[in-house]
Order: sequence, then structure tokens, then C-alpha cells
Amino acid sequence: MKVLLLEKRPEIGAPVRCAEGLSRESLEKVGIKPDKSWIAREVLGARIYGPNMKYVELGAEKAGNEVGYVLERLLFDKHLAALAADAGAEIWLRSPAIGVIMEGGRPVGVKVKRLGEVLEVRSEIIIAADGFESQVARWAGIRTVVPLKDVVSTAEFRMANVDIDPDFTEFYLGNEVAPGGYAWIFPKGEREANVGLGVEALRVEGGGTFAYLRKFVEMIPGLRKGQPLAIITGAVSVSLPLKKTYGNGIMLVGDAARLIDPLTGGGIANAMVSGMHAGRTAAEAIEEGNTTEEFLARYQERWKADLWRTLERNYYVKEKLRLMPDRLLSEVFEVLHGKKIEKVGVVPILEEIQAKRPDLVAELEKYL
Amino acid sequence: MQQKLSWRRDLCNFCGACVGVCPVNALFLDEGKVLIDQETCIACGFCEKTCPLGALEVLTRAV
Repeated sequence: MKVLLLEKRPEIGAPVRCAEGLSRESLEKVGIKPDKSWIAREVLGARIYGPNMKYVELGAEKAGNEVGYVLERLLFDKHLAALAADAGAEIWLRSPAIGVIMEGGRPVGVKVKRLGEVLEVRSEIIIAADGFESQVARWAGIRTVVPLKDVVSTAEFRMANVDIDPDFTEFYLGNEVAPGGYAWIFPKGEREANVGLGVEALRVEGGGTFAYLRKFVEMIPGLRKGQPLAIITGAVSVSLPLKKTYGNGIMLVGDAARLIDPLTGGGIANAMVSGMHAGRTAAEAIEEGNTTEEFLARYQERWKADLWRTLERNYYVKEKLRLMPDRLLSEVFEVLHGKKIEKVGVVPILEEIQAKRPDLVAELEKYL
Repeated sequence: MQQKLSWRRDLCNFCGACVGVCPVNALFLDEGKVLIDQETCIACGFCEKTCPLGALEVLTRAV
């Protein structure tokens, strides 16, 4: 079986379009050994701040052991590509797909513009791994448009000379800071961090999300003297996944399948898990000589078994959080300030608040 | 042909967010430029709202 990896850019992994945060268990799930060469920083936990700047801590009970990483994706992505190359994959750079070849109503390959020349590449299976743009699937007749309500526009600086806590990732909630999303500070080093935010596209006012980022940097004293090393922009889906992530001879993975986590905006983990399942399913299908959608349906069953419950729950939480007034959210953080919590969950959080502020729980239950 | 949408190269970061949100596939990210199919564009403004740098502007409004 032959595998061809088509990359439209001149370099794998560049430019970075990501906040680069990943949990340790996500790497374990796909059998990739953590390696310091592509890990910028190991973090002990996460802090989540409310609009009033009170916070809760996640994951820090595992004191001493890192719960997650901030990656150096310029190197991590190349590592993944190298693994593929070692396994026999061929890689073409500067080779964007510009169309899908359809025959008898099903995809049989792609049109590629390779270093200026238009070529046809025939294949039994296409794996659409083209990210948020998700064009390949559209060319094959699968609709991948997300309602604008479920799109978050993002802007980020990689910054040097910042005063941060280098052992924690930080998340800032609030309708002034990042309506419908959140701001983040992900440490890359002792004095370096990815600083960014996402705003719900429908609620962006002014000239764009970038203005919100500048305001956020001004707002946090430790960031004010920071200097940018890179400007990163993009959009993420915060929707439920596409109803159908496969068709005859094609499977969609990662951001292209709208598998980004709707609460965290994290895409790496789900991209790797779905990619793993797509690869396995492709191998089975080609071995069987059956690349029909009936056979490929198992790909969706597989990623759903791993991801669906979390995605569905997180979508629900996001839908409730996105319109919560800052006053109500701040009261929650006031009660929980400084607490270390195991996992983000509605029931455990309500239980924590119940003891001190039963009236607040009543108000929250009405809201939820 | 009517220009419904304008794109500013000097603001663009080539991230592809606009391409991803377009409901009618009117946008394409080529090397170093965003191609706009003015015929297909319905001037819905999704790309304008999503672009983090304000590089896209709708010149007419969708009916």
C-alpha cells in the first residue's frame, strides 16, 4: 500500500497556527512518546480566571508531575511527518490539492498543483486533513460549512520578555476580554509564552479580533513589556462534529471534520486520534478491496467511541457559558477562588458552591 | 462585474479562516493571495466578521 502526503506549504509545520497546548494523556492515546526536542514547556496544571480575576486551579493535585505540554509545533509536526516517512509514506511539499477527481459520482483522486504543474493523482482513498479550510471534502460533495455562531476568530502573539508563571497554562474568561471565547497564556519558557484569544465571530466588534488581543496584553501587567516573536491568526469551529465524516473513498479528520473541542478550542488531540483511526481504516479497506462508504462507516464509529461523549458535553457547557453575564460568572469565581479542582464538570462545581452560596446555585440552575 | 468583496493584501496573514467560513466556496487561498470568485460571492459578510485582522470588506450587502 502506498501513501502520499500532500502539503501545500514549503515546510511541514510552518507557519504555526496554534496555541500549542496538549495534555500528556493525548500523546499516550496515540502511542507517541514525549520528547524534549519538541516540547517547549511542561506544565503542572491550569488556572482559569473569571472576569473578576479570581481563579480555580485544574490538575495541580498531581504536584510534581506534568499534566501537559506546550509544544514546539515547528518541530513536533516534522516529527510526525518523519514517523510517516519512516513508515514508507511519500511527501510532496508546495503541492496543494486544487480539486477532487470524481468518476461515477465518487472521488477517485485529486488534482494537485505541484510546483506550478497541474497533476492528477489517483488513489483508492483520500484522507481530507486540510484543517479549518476543509475544502477537499467540499470538492467531494460533503458539506463542511459551520454556522457562524459556532466559529471563533483567533489572534495570538508568541511573546518574549513576559512575567508569567511558567508552570501553569492560564485561561481568562469574560465578555469584555473575549466574548464567546477566552484568552490564554501558555508558557513556552521561563519568560516566553503564547498569548492569544478567541472571540465568537458574530460578536467581534471593531476592526477584528486582533484589537481584542492588544487590549488583553495591556490588561495583564506581566505582559505589558512583552515583545512579539510571531503573529498568529486563524479560526476554529466550536460546533458539534459534522454529521458524516466519510463518504465513498474518503474520510475527513481533525479540524476538517470539525472535531475541534467546542469548549477548549483544542484540535491537536482529536486530530491525532481521528487520524489514527482513519489510517487504520484505510489500510483495512484497501486490504479488503472495499472503499465504499458502507465499509468506511466504521471510521466514524471508531472516533465517536473515543471522542463523542466529551465533545457533546463540552458543546453543552460552551453553549451555556457563551451567554452567561459577567456578573453571574464572577460570583461563581468569587466562591471558588483558589480551589483546586479535578475536572471541569457542572455537578461537582455546583456542589462546591452549594455549601457557601445556595442562593447562587439556585440562580445558576435557573440559568442552566 | 460587480465587486462584492474586497481583500487587502497588506492586512492579510494568510491563515485561511475566511476560506473555512465561506458558505458558498467563493474564496480560495493561493500562495500569497486570497482569490475571490465575485460571481459566486453572496456578500453575506461571514468572512468579514471572521477575519482576525479586518482584511476583508463587503462592498455591497446581501439581499
